Amino acid sequence: MTYTSAEMMTVAAARALVNDDICFVGIGLPSAACNLARLTHAPRLRLVYESGTLDTRPQVLPLSIGDGELCETALTTVPVVEMFQYWLQGGRITVGFLGGAQVDRYGNLNSTVVGPYLRPKVRLPGSGGATEIATQCGRIFIVMPHGPRAFVSKLDFVTSLGHGPTGRERRALGVATEGPALIVTDLCTMRPDPETNEFEVVSLHPGVTIDRVREQTGWTVKVRATLEETPAPRPDELEALRDLQRRTRRAHGTKTDDE
Amino acid sequence: MLRFAPVADFLTLREAVARYAKPGSRVALEGFTHLIPFAAGHEIIRQGISDLTLIRMTPDLIYDQMIGAGCAAKLIFSWGGNPGVGSLHRLRDAVEHEWPRPLELEEHSHAAMAHAYAAGAAGMPCAVFRGYVGSDLPSVNRNIRTIACPFTGEMLAAVPALRMDTTIIHAQKADRDGNVLVTGIVGVQKEAVLAAEHAVVTVEEIVDDLGTTGTNAVVLPSWSLDAIALAPGGARPSYAHGYYQRDNAFYVAWDAIARDRGAFRRWIDAHVMSAPSRLTACTP
Repeated sequence: MTYTSAEMMTVAAARALVNDDICFVGIGLPSAACNLARLTHAPRLRLVYESGTLDTRPQVLPLSIGDGELCETALTTVPVVEMFQYWLQGGRITVGFLGGAQVDRYGNLNSTVVGPYLRPKVRLPGSGGATEIATQCGRIFIVMPHGPRAFVSKLDFVTSLGHGPTGRERRALGVATEGPALIVTDLCTMRPDPETNEFEVVSLHPGVTIDRVREQTGWTVKVRATLEETPAPRPDELEALRDLQRRTRRAHGTKTDDE
Repeated sequence: MLRFAPVADFLTLREAVARYAKPGSRVALEGFTHLIPFAAGHEIIRQGISDLTLIRMTPDLIYDQMIGAGCAAKLIFSWGGNPGVGSLHRLRDAVEHEWPRPLELEEHSHAAMAHAYAAGAAGMPCAVFRGYVGSDLPSVNRNIRTIACPFTGEMLAAVPALRMDTTIIHAQKADRDGNVLVTGIVGVQKEAVLAAEHAVVTVEEIVDDLGTTGTNAVVLPSWSLDAIALAPGGARPSYAHGYYQRDNAFYVAWDAIARDRGAFRRWIDAHVMSAPSRLTACTP
């Protein structure tokens, strides 16, 4: 089966989740990846959205983190204060999915501004849940498309802590969780070097060259000695993803209320 | 005549907004994606109430519209995007180009805002939590500070409690005594109401019985509210669980409307300024 680079990215991100994970899901790419994992190899995966829905099993991808679909298919829905206070800060979530406009080599993320804060070139949405998700989930997976303006040598603004400005600040700041453990892009997957915490390319998606990854990365990117090829999406993975997206398009394009 | 003398008055939306949303005041129109009080926001625009400090975790389309219409002097928020779609272009235009007027920002994370609403409801001066570690946000917001735990010495984040002059929310139903029921994604509405000097609730319908005896649904007693206004459909294009769904197609369509100042003005003129104020009050 042929597939797009976006499908490869979503499938590769989904594979990183396991049955025992309790996952704090962001909207967009993370939501597609998490639900794909639940519909394929990880049926017991627990999905939690910041609107307070615990163990939700949406049949279509929500457009927002608070769509009715999430509440209707959840085990229960808790107030937003409780979500952040007990479930996230209380250390109940094993993995958080994050993205952003910019990421650096240590997995620090910017979703606040491009340019100076007070006179921004581009005003981005801001933290939302990300700042505390980044430090309070057991570990973090980052999913975002590759590009030189996204994979930068220096962030314009640190919204969410990765491994810190030199890769070593997490422990010094008293943060006990693991931090970013994986970056999945449309070209490759990256994991931090165990010594330095600098992200390096560990697998290239089929048909992608390392030169292409270098071109699209704003720092001199390192490559693990055991560089592998990411297994291509299997037909069952692609079918599950496309079904999900078809259902989602139908649900979002059709008005179901009485207006 | 009311059968009892509830603390909350049943008013028209026009009366409720005129009485409780004063120019220059601190106002929160809350509802976490669900039950966003759009009808009340539109009434504020129609009445030309300005210089507001607008408080909301997710400004969403409702504050994009109010900011673009010139109602806001300051925004306290934690995530300013169009969920699943992209930017809030009126918010961006205000921040990047000061149109239609400059907008002061006080920017937080969701965890901070949620804790700050809870602290406001509890009558505390500040919220203490584990947050903002390693983030640049404290360097651009002097309301983010640290405090040492007196027992362990751990350094924790502190933000001022959120206190509003007026909080406005939308809910499914009120009974004839003015008690209000919120179900589904309940967000931060209870905290935002209890953290405000005045609270106004718009509702889908007024019923004889909320039907909640013995359950732990979110019920706001009449004596915690100031005014209730009947506003069926008052959360559209957001949604009211059990009544109508989120109009996701409109959220997508808003992107093109809000990108262009002229298209935005035309939309506000046609759908807000030319729309009649809601003059129907419940007569319990």
